[in-house]
Amino acid sequence: MPQDIESALNALASNLGESGSKIANLRRLSGGASQETWAFDLLNENGSTSRRILRRAPNGVSAARSDNAMTLPVEAALIRSARAAGVPAPSVIHICEESDDIGEAFIMDFIEGETIAPRILKSGALGEARAALAAQCGESLASIHTLDKSTLPQLEASSAIDQLDRYEELYLGYDIPRPTFDLAFQMLRKSAPAPLDPVLVHGDFRLGNLMVDENGLAGVLDWELAHLGDPREDIGWICVNSWRFGRTENRVGGFGELDDLLSAYATAGGQRFTPADIDWWEMLGSLKWGIMCMTMYDIYRTGADPSVERAAIGRRVSETEIDLIALMEARLTDA
Amino acid sequence: MHKHPSLAELVDAVKAFVDDTAAPNLTGHAAFHARVASNVLATIQRELYQGPTAEEDEKARLLLLTKATETESLDTLNRSLCRSIRVGEMTPATPGLIDHLKSTAIAQLNIDQPRYSGARRLKEG
Repeated sequence: MPQDIESALNALASNLGESGSKIANLRRLSGGASQETWAFDLLNENGSTSRRILRRAPNGVSAARSDNAMTLPVEAALIRSARAAGVPAPSVIHICEESDDIGEAFIMDFIEGETIAPRILKSGALGEARAALAAQCGESLASIHTLDKSTLPQLEASSAIDQLDRYEELYLGYDIPRPTFDLAFQMLRKSAPAPLDPVLVHGDFRLGNLMVDENGLAGVLDWELAHLGDPREDIGWICVNSWRFGRTENRVGGFGELDDLLSAYATAGGQRFTPADIDWWEMLGSLKWGIMCMTMYDIYRTGADPSVERAAIGRRVSETEIDLIALMEARLTDA
Repeated sequence: MHKHPSLAELVDAVKAFVDDTAAPNLTGHAAFHARVASNVLATIQRELYQGPTAEEDEKARLLLLTKATETESLDTLNRSLCRSIRVGEMTPATPGLIDHLKSTAIAQLNIDQPRYSGARRLKEG
Protein backbone atom coordinates (compact mmCIF):
# COMPACT_ATOMS: atom_id res chain seq x y z
CA MET A 1 0.00 0.00 0.00
CA PRO A 2 1.42 3.42 -0.92
CA GLN A 3 2.44 5.38 2.16
CA ASP A 4 3.84 8.44 0.51
CA ILE A 5 1.29 10.28 -1.57
CA GLU A 6 3.59 13.24 -2.07
CA SER A 7 6.42 11.28 -3.73
CA ALA A 8 3.90 9.34 -5.83
CA LEU A 9 2.38 12.63 -7.04
CA ASN A 10 5.84 14.08 -7.73
CA ALA A 11 6.62 11.08 -9.93
CA LEU A 12 3.36 11.74 -11.77
CA ALA A 13 3.79 15.51 -12.07
CA SER A 14 4.58 15.57 -15.79
CA ASN A 15 1.21 13.86 -16.43
CA LEU A 16 -0.77 16.37 -14.40
CA GLY A 17 -0.33 19.50 -16.50
CA GLU A 18 1.40 20.77 -19.60
CA SER A 19 4.79 21.27 -17.97
CA GLY A 20 4.28 19.98 -14.45
CA SER A 21 7.57 19.38 -12.68
CA LYS A 22 6.78 18.87 -9.00
CA ILE A 23 4.03 19.33 -6.47
CA ALA A 24 3.72 21.37 -3.27
CA ASN A 25 1.28 22.21 -0.47
CA LEU A 26 -0.34 18.77 -0.35
CA ARG A 27 -3.10 18.88 2.22
CA ARG A 28 -6.12 16.80 3.15
CA LEU A 29 -9.43 18.64 2.78
CA SER A 30 -12.23 18.06 5.25
CA GLY A 31 -15.48 16.58 4.08
CA GLY A 32 -16.07 13.48 2.01
CA ALA A 33 -16.91 10.67 4.40
CA SER A 34 -16.27 7.74 2.10
CA GLN A 35 -13.41 9.05 -0.08
CA GLU A 36 -10.28 11.02 0.72
CA THR A 37 -9.98 14.43 -0.94
CA TRP A 38 -6.59 16.15 -1.12
CA ALA A 39 -5.57 19.48 -2.62
CA PHE A 40 -2.11 20.30 -3.96
CA ASP A 41 -0.28 22.78 -6.16
CA LEU A 42 1.39 21.66 -9.38
CA LEU A 43 4.52 23.71 -10.07
CA ASN A 44 5.06 24.08 -13.81
CA GLU A 45 8.44 24.45 -15.50
CA ASN A 46 7.53 27.92 -16.74
CA GLY A 47 7.14 29.08 -13.13
CA SER A 48 3.32 29.06 -13.06
CA THR A 49 1.28 27.08 -10.56
CA SER A 50 -1.88 25.03 -11.17
CA ARG A 51 -4.13 23.82 -8.40
CA ARG A 52 -5.21 20.19 -8.42
CA ILE A 53 -7.46 17.84 -6.46
CA LEU A 54 -6.71 14.20 -5.69
CA ARG A 55 -9.65 11.96 -4.95
CA ARG A 56 -8.60 8.68 -3.44
CA ALA A 57 -10.19 5.63 -1.83
CA PRO A 58 -9.54 5.51 1.95
CA ASN A 59 -5.81 4.63 2.22
CA GLY A 60 -5.88 3.96 -1.49
CA VAL A 61 -7.85 0.75 -1.06
CA SER A 62 -11.28 0.36 -2.59
CA ALA A 63 -13.28 -1.47 0.04
CA ALA A 64 -16.58 -3.21 -0.52
CA ARG A 65 -19.03 -0.72 0.94
CA SER A 66 -22.46 -1.34 2.32
CA ASP A 67 -23.89 1.71 0.54
CA ASN A 68 -24.19 1.96 -3.22
CA ALA A 69 -21.17 4.22 -3.77
CA MET A 70 -19.30 3.53 -6.99
CA THR A 71 -15.59 2.96 -7.56
CA LEU A 72 -13.35 5.94 -8.31
CA PRO A 73 -12.56 5.05 -11.96
CA VAL A 74 -16.32 4.87 -12.61
CA GLU A 75 -16.81 8.22 -10.85
CA ALA A 76 -14.03 9.75 -12.97
CA ALA A 77 -15.59 8.44 -16.21
CA LEU A 78 -18.95 9.78 -15.13
CA ILE A 79 -17.57 13.26 -14.37
CA ARG A 80 -15.99 13.30 -17.85
CA SER A 81 -19.32 12.41 -19.48
CA ALA A 82 -21.18 15.04 -17.46
CA ARG A 83 -18.64 17.72 -18.30
CA ALA A 84 -18.77 16.82 -21.97
CA ALA A 85 -22.55 17.28 -21.79
CA GLY A 86 -22.16 20.82 -20.45
CA VAL A 87 -22.61 20.20 -16.73
CA PRO A 88 -20.26 22.45 -14.73
CA ALA A 89 -17.95 19.79 -13.28
CA PRO A 90 -14.22 19.54 -12.68
CA SER A 91 -11.96 18.43 -15.50
CA VAL A 92 -10.55 14.94 -14.80
CA ILE A 93 -6.85 15.08 -15.62
CA HIS A 94 -5.55 11.63 -14.73
CA ILE A 95 -7.06 8.34 -13.60
CA CYS A 96 -4.43 6.55 -11.53
CA GLU A 97 -3.16 3.15 -12.53
CA GLU A 98 -1.53 0.50 -10.42
CA SER A 99 1.95 1.60 -11.57
CA ASP A 100 1.28 5.11 -10.19
CA ASP A 101 1.58 3.57 -6.69
CA ILE A 102 -1.05 5.82 -5.18
CA GLY A 103 -3.97 3.42 -4.89
CA GLU A 104 -7.44 3.77 -6.36
CA ALA A 105 -7.57 7.48 -7.19
CA PHE A 106 -7.94 10.15 -9.84
CA ILE A 107 -6.72 13.72 -10.21
CA MET A 108 -8.82 16.64 -11.34
CA ASP A 109 -8.68 20.36 -11.82
CA PHE A 110 -9.37 22.58 -8.81
CA ILE A 111 -12.51 24.73 -9.13
CA GLU A 112 -12.40 28.02 -7.18
CA GLY A 113 -15.37 28.83 -5.00
CA GLU A 114 -17.22 28.02 -1.80
CA THR A 115 -18.78 24.68 -0.83
CA ILE A 116 -19.65 25.32 2.81
CA ALA A 117 -23.43 25.76 2.93
CA PRO A 118 -23.79 28.30 5.79
CA ARG A 119 -21.18 30.54 4.08
CA ILE A 120 -22.97 30.29 0.73
CA LEU A 121 -26.26 31.21 2.42
CA LYS A 122 -24.82 34.17 4.40
CA SER A 123 -21.96 35.66 2.39
CA GLY A 124 -22.58 39.23 1.25
CA ALA A 125 -20.34 38.68 -1.77
CA LEU A 126 -22.53 35.79 -2.94
CA GLY A 127 -25.87 37.67 -2.93
CA GLU A 128 -26.17 37.75 -6.73
CA ALA A 129 -25.00 34.14 -6.92
CA ARG A 130 -27.79 33.07 -4.55
CA ALA A 131 -30.38 34.90 -6.64
CA ALA A 132 -29.29 33.02 -9.77
CA LEU A 133 -28.59 29.67 -8.14
CA ALA A 134 -32.02 27.99 -8.24
CA ALA A 135 -32.33 28.50 -12.00
CA GLN A 136 -28.72 27.40 -12.54
CA CYS A 137 -29.39 24.24 -10.50
CA GLY A 138 -32.43 23.60 -12.72
CA GLU A 139 -30.30 23.95 -15.87
CA SER A 140 -27.57 21.67 -14.55
CA LEU A 141 -30.06 19.06 -13.40
CA ALA A 142 -31.70 19.14 -16.85
CA SER A 143 -28.27 18.54 -18.46
CA ILE A 144 -27.61 15.64 -16.07
CA HIS A 145 -31.05 14.08 -16.53
CA THR A 146 -30.99 14.32 -20.35
CA LEU A 147 -27.44 12.97 -20.66
CA ASP A 148 -27.15 10.24 -23.29
CA LYS A 149 -27.06 7.04 -21.26
CA SER A 150 -24.98 5.27 -23.91
CA THR A 151 -22.01 7.50 -22.95
CA LEU A 152 -22.15 6.45 -19.29
CA PRO A 153 -20.26 3.78 -17.39
CA GLN A 154 -22.30 0.91 -15.99
CA LEU A 155 -24.45 2.28 -13.14
CA GLU A 156 -26.86 0.79 -10.65
CA ALA A 157 -30.56 1.38 -11.28
CA SER A 158 -32.74 2.46 -8.35
CA SER A 159 -36.39 3.45 -8.71
CA ALA A 160 -38.65 5.01 -6.09
CA ILE A 161 -39.85 1.60 -4.92
CA ASP A 162 -36.29 0.22 -4.90
CA GLN A 163 -35.31 3.07 -2.60
CA LEU A 164 -38.27 2.53 -0.28
CA ASP A 165 -37.39 -1.17 -0.11
CA ARG A 166 -33.70 -0.58 0.54
CA TYR A 167 -34.16 2.05 3.25
CA GLU A 168 -36.98 0.12 4.93
CA GLU A 169 -34.76 -2.96 5.11
CA LEU A 170 -31.99 -0.86 6.67
CA TYR A 171 -34.41 0.72 9.16
CA LEU A 172 -35.88 -2.61 10.24
CA GLY A 173 -32.39 -4.09 10.50
CA TYR A 174 -31.36 -1.52 13.12
CA ASP A 175 -34.26 -2.67 15.33
CA ILE A 176 -34.73 0.81 16.78
CA PRO A 177 -38.45 1.70 16.78
CA ARG A 178 -39.26 5.16 15.37
CA PRO A 179 -43.04 5.10 14.71
CA THR A 180 -42.85 8.26 12.59
CA PHE A 181 -40.67 6.38 10.10
CA ASP A 182 -43.13 3.45 9.96
CA LEU A 183 -45.94 5.88 9.23
CA ALA A 184 -43.89 7.67 6.56
CA PHE A 185 -43.08 4.37 4.83
CA GLN A 186 -46.79 3.44 4.80
CA MET A 187 -47.82 6.83 3.48
CA LEU A 188 -45.13 6.90 0.76
CA ARG A 189 -45.97 3.39 -0.41
CA LYS A 190 -49.68 4.20 -0.67
CA SER A 191 -49.05 7.35 -2.70
CA ALA A 192 -46.01 6.39 -4.80
CA PRO A 193 -46.02 8.19 -8.16
CA ALA A 194 -46.00 6.27 -11.44
CA PRO A 195 -42.36 5.73 -12.45
CA LEU A 196 -40.76 7.78 -15.24
CA ASP A 197 -38.15 6.53 -17.68
CA PRO A 198 -34.88 6.14 -15.76
CA VAL A 199 -32.28 8.86 -16.30
CA LEU A 200 -28.86 9.65 -14.85
CA VAL A 201 -29.49 10.91 -11.29
CA HIS A 202 -26.66 12.65 -9.40
CA GLY A 203 -27.88 11.24 -6.09
CA ASP A 204 -26.51 13.91 -3.72
CA PHE A 205 -27.25 17.24 -5.44
CA ARG A 206 -27.32 19.79 -2.58
CA LEU A 207 -25.24 22.52 -0.93
CA GLY A 208 -22.06 20.93 0.35
CA ASN A 209 -21.56 19.20 -2.99
CA LEU A 210 -21.98 22.32 -5.16
CA MET A 211 -19.12 24.74 -5.77
CA VAL A 212 -20.48 28.31 -5.79
CA ASP A 213 -18.65 31.48 -6.83
CA GLU A 214 -19.85 35.06 -7.32
CA ASN A 215 -21.50 34.06 -10.62
CA GLY A 216 -23.38 31.17 -9.04
CA LEU A 217 -22.96 27.45 -9.71
CA ALA A 218 -19.33 26.78 -10.66
CA GLY A 219 -19.15 23.02 -10.21
CA VAL A 220 -21.17 19.93 -9.36
CA LEU A 221 -19.04 17.66 -7.14
CA ASP A 222 -19.24 14.28 -5.40
CA TRP A 223 -20.75 12.00 -8.01
CA GLU A 224 -20.25 8.78 -6.08
CA LEU A 225 -23.97 8.22 -5.38
CA ALA A 226 -25.03 8.69 -9.03
CA HIS A 227 -27.33 6.03 -10.44
CA LEU A 228 -30.11 5.51 -12.96
CA GLY A 229 -33.40 6.59 -11.48
CA ASP A 230 -36.25 9.05 -11.41
CA PRO A 231 -35.39 12.68 -12.29
CA ARG A 232 -37.63 13.94 -9.49
CA GLU A 233 -35.34 12.28 -6.92
CA ASP A 234 -32.59 14.92 -7.39
CA ILE A 235 -35.08 17.80 -7.31
CA GLY A 236 -36.77 16.52 -4.13
CA TRP A 237 -33.41 15.93 -2.42
CA ILE A 238 -32.26 19.57 -2.65
CA CYS A 239 -35.64 20.58 -1.16
CA VAL A 240 -35.20 18.42 1.98
CA ASN A 241 -35.34 20.75 4.98
CA SER A 242 -32.06 19.41 6.40
CA TRP A 243 -30.38 20.78 3.23
CA ARG A 244 -31.91 24.25 3.73
CA PHE A 245 -29.47 24.82 6.62
CA GLY A 246 -31.92 26.85 8.69
CA ARG A 247 -33.38 28.90 5.80
CA THR A 248 -36.59 26.88 5.85
CA GLU A 249 -38.54 29.54 3.94
CA ASN A 250 -36.47 28.91 0.78
CA ARG A 251 -37.52 25.49 -0.43
CA VAL A 252 -34.57 24.95 -2.79
CA GLY A 253 -31.48 24.44 -0.65
CA GLY A 254 -32.27 27.37 1.66
CA PHE A 255 -31.58 29.86 -1.17
CA GLY A 256 -34.26 29.64 -3.87
CA GLU A 257 -37.78 29.06 -5.10
CA LEU A 258 -38.80 25.72 -6.56
CA ASP A 259 -40.73 27.46 -9.35
CA ASP A 260 -37.50 29.10 -10.54
CA LEU A 261 -35.66 25.78 -10.55
CA LEU A 262 -38.48 23.94 -12.35
CA SER A 263 -39.00 26.55 -15.03
CA ALA A 264 -35.27 26.73 -15.84
CA TYR A 265 -35.23 22.91 -15.81
CA ALA A 266 -38.02 22.69 -18.40
CA THR A 267 -36.49 25.46 -20.56
CA ALA A 268 -33.17 23.57 -20.58
CA GLY A 269 -34.80 20.42 -21.91
CA GLY A 270 -35.97 18.69 -18.74
CA GLN A 271 -39.55 17.52 -18.23
CA ARG A 272 -42.12 20.02 -17.00
CA PHE A 273 -42.86 19.36 -13.32
CA THR A 274 -44.99 21.29 -10.82
CA PRO A 275 -43.92 21.84 -7.18
CA ALA A 276 -46.61 19.33 -6.17
CA ASP A 277 -44.82 16.67 -8.29
CA ILE A 278 -41.82 17.10 -6.00
CA ASP A 279 -43.64 16.76 -2.64
CA TRP A 280 -43.51 12.96 -2.54
CA TRP A 281 -39.79 13.00 -3.33
CA GLU A 282 -38.99 15.59 -0.67
CA MET A 283 -40.72 13.37 1.88
CA LEU A 284 -38.76 10.34 0.65
CA GLY A 285 -35.60 12.45 0.94
CA SER A 286 -36.28 13.38 4.59
CA LEU A 287 -36.94 9.74 5.40
CA LYS A 288 -33.76 8.63 3.62
CA TRP A 289 -31.67 11.25 5.46
CA GLY A 290 -33.15 10.09 8.79
CA ILE A 291 -32.14 6.51 8.03
CA MET A 292 -28.72 7.63 6.77
CA CYS A 293 -28.21 9.27 10.19
CA MET A 294 -29.13 5.94 11.81
CA THR A 295 -26.63 4.23 9.49
CA MET A 296 -23.86 6.62 10.54
CA TYR A 297 -24.73 6.09 14.20
CA ASP A 298 -24.72 2.32 13.58
CA ILE A 299 -21.07 2.61 12.48
CA TYR A 300 -20.41 3.91 16.01
CA ARG A 301 -22.71 1.37 17.66
CA THR A 302 -20.93 -1.57 16.04
CA GLY A 303 -17.52 -0.20 17.06
CA ALA A 304 -16.27 0.40 13.49
CA ASP A 305 -15.72 4.13 14.15
CA PRO A 306 -15.56 5.27 17.79
CA SER A 307 -15.59 9.04 17.00
CA VAL A 308 -17.86 11.44 18.86
CA GLU A 309 -19.05 12.75 15.49
CA ARG A 310 -20.46 9.34 14.53
CA ALA A 311 -22.16 8.98 17.89
CA ALA A 312 -23.64 12.48 17.83
CA ILE A 313 -25.18 12.20 14.37
CA GLY A 314 -27.63 9.67 15.80
CA ARG A 315 -29.26 12.62 17.54
CA ARG A 316 -30.03 14.21 14.18
CA VAL A 317 -32.67 11.59 13.46
CA SER A 318 -35.28 13.63 15.35
CA GLU A 319 -34.89 16.56 12.93
CA THR A 320 -36.14 14.34 10.12
CA GLU A 321 -39.06 13.17 12.27
CA ILE A 322 -40.18 16.76 12.74
CA ASP A 323 -39.87 17.38 8.99
CA LEU A 324 -41.74 14.19 8.10
CA ILE A 325 -44.58 15.09 10.45
CA ALA A 326 -44.88 18.57 8.90
CA LEU A 327 -44.97 16.99 5.42
CA MET A 328 -47.50 14.31 6.44
CA GLU A 329 -49.77 16.95 7.97
CA ALA A 330 -49.55 19.00 4.77
CA ARG A 331 -50.52 15.93 2.70
CA LEU A 332 -53.46 15.18 4.99
CA THR A 333 -54.69 18.77 4.76
CA ASP A 334 -54.39 18.75 0.97
CA ALA A 335 -56.12 15.38 0.57
CA MET B 1 -25.72 7.00 46.50
CA HIS B 2 -24.03 10.34 46.92
CA LYS B 3 -25.44 13.16 44.77
CA HIS B 4 -22.82 15.81 45.41
CA PRO B 5 -21.58 16.54 42.88
CA SER B 6 -24.69 15.66 40.91
CA LEU B 7 -24.54 14.30 37.37
CA ALA B 8 -25.57 17.73 36.08
CA GLU B 9 -22.73 19.40 37.99
CA LEU B 10 -20.20 16.88 36.66
CA VAL B 11 -21.35 17.42 33.09
CA ASP B 12 -21.19 21.21 33.58
CA ALA B 13 -17.61 20.88 34.81
CA VAL B 14 -16.52 18.68 31.88
CA LYS B 15 -18.23 21.00 29.38
CA ALA B 16 -16.42 24.02 30.86
CA PHE B 17 -13.12 22.15 30.55
CA VAL B 18 -13.78 21.23 26.89
CA ASP B 19 -14.93 24.76 25.97
CA ASP B 20 -12.48 26.88 27.95
CA THR B 21 -9.34 24.75 28.20
CA ALA B 22 -9.23 21.90 25.67
CA ALA B 23 -10.84 23.44 22.56
CA PRO B 24 -8.69 26.61 22.43
CA ASN B 25 -5.57 24.39 22.38
CA LEU B 26 -6.74 22.23 19.48
CA THR B 27 -6.64 22.81 15.72
CA GLY B 28 -8.08 21.24 12.60
CA HIS B 29 -10.07 18.03 12.93
CA ALA B 30 -9.46 17.75 16.66
CA ALA B 31 -10.90 21.25 17.20
CA PHE B 32 -13.97 20.26 15.19
CA HIS B 33 -14.43 17.14 17.32
CA ALA B 34 -14.09 19.24 20.48
CA ARG B 35 -17.01 21.38 19.28
CA VAL B 36 -19.03 18.24 18.59
CA ALA B 37 -18.12 16.93 22.06
CA SER B 38 -19.26 20.19 23.66
CA ASN B 39 -22.57 19.97 21.80
CA VAL B 40 -22.99 16.40 23.01
CA LEU B 41 -22.45 17.52 26.61
CA ALA B 42 -25.13 20.18 26.12
CA THR B 43 -27.47 17.46 24.84
CA ILE B 44 -26.74 15.42 27.98
CA GLN B 45 -27.55 18.44 30.14
CA ARG B 46 -30.88 18.94 28.39
CA GLU B 47 -31.75 15.25 28.62
CA LEU B 48 -30.96 15.24 32.34
CA TYR B 49 -33.42 18.07 32.91
CA GLN B 50 -36.10 17.34 30.32
CA GLY B 51 -35.82 13.59 29.69
CA PRO B 52 -37.80 12.19 32.65
CA THR B 53 -40.87 14.38 32.08
CA ALA B 54 -40.71 13.85 28.30
CA GLU B 55 -40.68 10.06 28.74
CA GLU B 56 -43.52 10.14 31.28
CA ASP B 57 -45.66 12.21 28.93
CA GLU B 58 -44.79 9.98 25.97
CA LYS B 59 -45.75 6.88 27.91
CA ALA B 60 -49.06 8.37 29.04
CA ARG B 61 -49.95 9.22 25.42
CA LEU B 62 -48.89 5.76 24.21
CA LEU B 63 -51.02 4.05 26.84
CA LEU B 64 -54.06 6.00 25.64
CA LEU B 65 -53.29 5.33 21.99
CA THR B 66 -52.46 1.61 22.21
CA LYS B 67 -54.83 0.82 25.11
CA ALA B 68 -52.01 -1.22 26.68
CA THR B 69 -51.56 -1.88 30.38
CA GLU B 70 -49.45 0.42 32.48
CA THR B 71 -46.85 -2.25 33.22
CA GLU B 72 -45.49 -2.21 29.64
CA SER B 73 -42.14 -0.50 29.07
CA LEU B 74 -41.79 2.53 26.82
CA ASP B 75 -39.82 0.44 24.32
CA THR B 76 -42.52 -2.25 24.19
CA LEU B 77 -45.23 0.38 23.73
CA ASN B 78 -43.31 1.97 20.86
CA ARG B 79 -42.73 -1.41 19.20
CA SER B 80 -46.41 -2.17 19.49
CA LEU B 81 -47.26 1.21 17.94
CA CYS B 82 -44.84 0.55 15.05
CA ARG B 83 -46.50 -2.83 14.46
CA SER B 84 -49.99 -1.31 14.43
CA ILE B 85 -48.86 1.23 11.83
CA ARG B 86 -47.15 -1.38 9.68
CA VAL B 87 -50.17 -3.68 9.54
CA GLY B 88 -52.47 -0.74 8.83
CA GLU B 89 -54.43 -0.82 12.11
CA MET B 90 -53.31 2.76 12.59
CA THR B 91 -53.09 5.29 9.78
CA PRO B 92 -52.41 9.01 9.57
CA ALA B 93 -56.16 9.47 10.06
CA THR B 94 -56.22 7.64 13.42
CA PRO B 95 -57.34 10.20 16.00
CA GLY B 96 -54.45 11.30 18.18
CA LEU B 97 -51.71 9.48 16.25
CA ILE B 98 -50.14 12.44 14.44
CA ASP B 99 -50.55 14.63 17.52
CA HIS B 100 -48.74 12.03 19.62
CA LEU B 101 -45.88 11.69 17.11
CA LYS B 102 -45.62 15.46 16.91
CA SER B 103 -45.46 15.94 20.69
CA THR B 104 -42.87 13.17 20.96
CA ALA B 105 -40.73 14.58 18.14
CA ILE B 106 -40.87 18.11 19.60
CA ALA B 107 -39.81 16.86 23.04
CA GLN B 108 -36.98 14.84 21.48
CA LEU B 109 -35.85 17.76 19.32
CA ASN B 110 -35.87 20.09 22.34
CA ILE B 111 -33.23 17.77 23.79
CA ASP B 112 -31.30 16.88 20.62
CA GLN B 113 -31.27 20.12 18.61
CA PRO B 114 -33.38 22.90 20.14
CA ARG B 115 -32.41 25.36 17.41
CA TYR B 116 -33.42 23.17 14.45
CA SER B 117 -35.52 25.06 11.94
CA GLY B 118 -38.03 22.28 11.27
CA ALA B 119 -40.21 22.93 14.29
CA ARG B 120 -41.21 26.29 12.79
CA ARG B 121 -42.96 24.45 9.95
CA LEU B 122 -45.28 22.46 12.21
CA LYS B 123 -48.91 23.42 12.36
CA GLU B 124 -50.05 24.54 15.81
CA GLY B 125 -51.08 21.33 17.59
